[in-house]
Amino acid sequence: MKIAIPVNEKSLESNVCVSFGRTPYFLIYDTDTQKSVFLDNSAAASTGGAGIKAAQMIADNKVNILLTPRLGENAADVLKSAEIEIYKTTTASAKDNIDVFIAGKLPLLNEIHAGFHGHGGK
Amino acid sequence: MKIAVLSGKGGTGKTLVSVNLAAVAKTSTYIDCDVEEPNGHLFFKPKDIIEEEISVKIPKVDGNLCSGCRRCVEFCKFNALAYIKEKLIVFEDICHSCGGCILLCPEKALTEKEKVIGRVQKGTSEQVTVYTGILNPGEPSGIPIIKKLLDENEHERSKTIFIDCPPGSACIVMESIKDADYCILVAEPTLFGVHNLNMVYELVKLFNKPFGVVLNKCLDGENPSEKFCIEKGIRILGRIPFDNELGSLNSNAEIAVRKSEKYRTIFSSLLEDVKKEVHHETTSDS
Repeated sequence: MKIAIPVNEKSLESNVCVSFGRTPYFLIYDTDTQKSVFLDNSAAASTGGAGIKAAQMIADNKVNILLTPRLGENAADVLKSAEIEIYKTTTASAKDNIDVFIAGKLPLLNEIHAGFHGHGGK
Repeated sequence: MKIAVLSGKGGTGKTLVSVNLAAVAKTSTYIDCDVEEPNGHLFFKPKDIIEEEISVKIPKVDGNLCSGCRRCVEFCKFNALAYIKEKLIVFEDICHSCGGCILLCPEKALTEKEKVIGRVQKGTSEQVTVYTGILNPGEPSGIPIIKKLLDENEHERSKTIFIDCPPGSACIVMESIKDADYCILVAEPTLFGVHNLNMVYELVKLFNKPFGVVLNKCLDGENPSEKFCIEKGIRILGRIPFDNELGSLNSNAEIAVRKSEKYRTIFSSLLEDVKKEVHHETTSDS
């Protein structure tokens, strides 16, 4: 099972980035091999639709689980289509959040925000 | 003759100036290009309104034809397309209608469909023809509406056209002043006002437009915008006082020149000055 987390630095001890679409990196952790990979988020510099592009990248990397503090509506649509489950992180480090998730103690992310550019939301 | 009225921020007096100039010109055309919040119609209360919907073209996918090559996904600068589980998803609210994805698709799986983004209203108020552009909330760009509003073929050439611009100096303002013969910059007498005046000053210089400044909300004492104009050698076309009578008329959605002799005189003289400037510019150009 592959877990993705938006992170500020290329380190397991990094904080979770507050933004999904514009995070500088994603940590991809494989629970089977216990290996971590850091991906540069090419969506971070997008003029618009960063969340959509970041979600596409997460889906293309065959991720099963996303841990994030929050998520925009368009990104959520892409991730749901890709059948990726989304859980809400705490303020702890990326590694701690993975451990808490594996222990079954992270809640599902229920609040999806309508975006910050006036075009999310119906 | 097309005269655009602009300012670096909202609430400076663009609508006050353009509505009153159009009204005092008697037979004229007023075009409200502030499509995100048009308010000129509140003053003109135009009659016999004809309305037209404005739409843009966005992509529609035929899932049976799509081969999943993702050229469209990679091409879209706005990330309006995603390809998930062998299915193309189009985010209509993100699409900027460039049409690139449709051109690129090797399978012809993408075709155009119409999406309504707003409307244009045309009406009359005494002898003023009033155009209002209205962008639906949440739409990314009002430019297609402004293009329609300013369409050459729609307007009588003999009439003076007053263009009430959106605030600021972004693309939507550039579209509004593109074909203007003259620009009136409206400025407030504050330091913040100078900052905003400078934004539109740089814009009209970039566009090589002849321009002048109207100082609004003038009080006794120092006027930083006036100082800015003197320093830069900018023509000051007129001064509108910070006045109770004007404030009351305006907040009751009355057109000052139609209600007050004093303001009829102020705006008539402003109009004459602007006309002279435009005439001067056109003769010196030829």
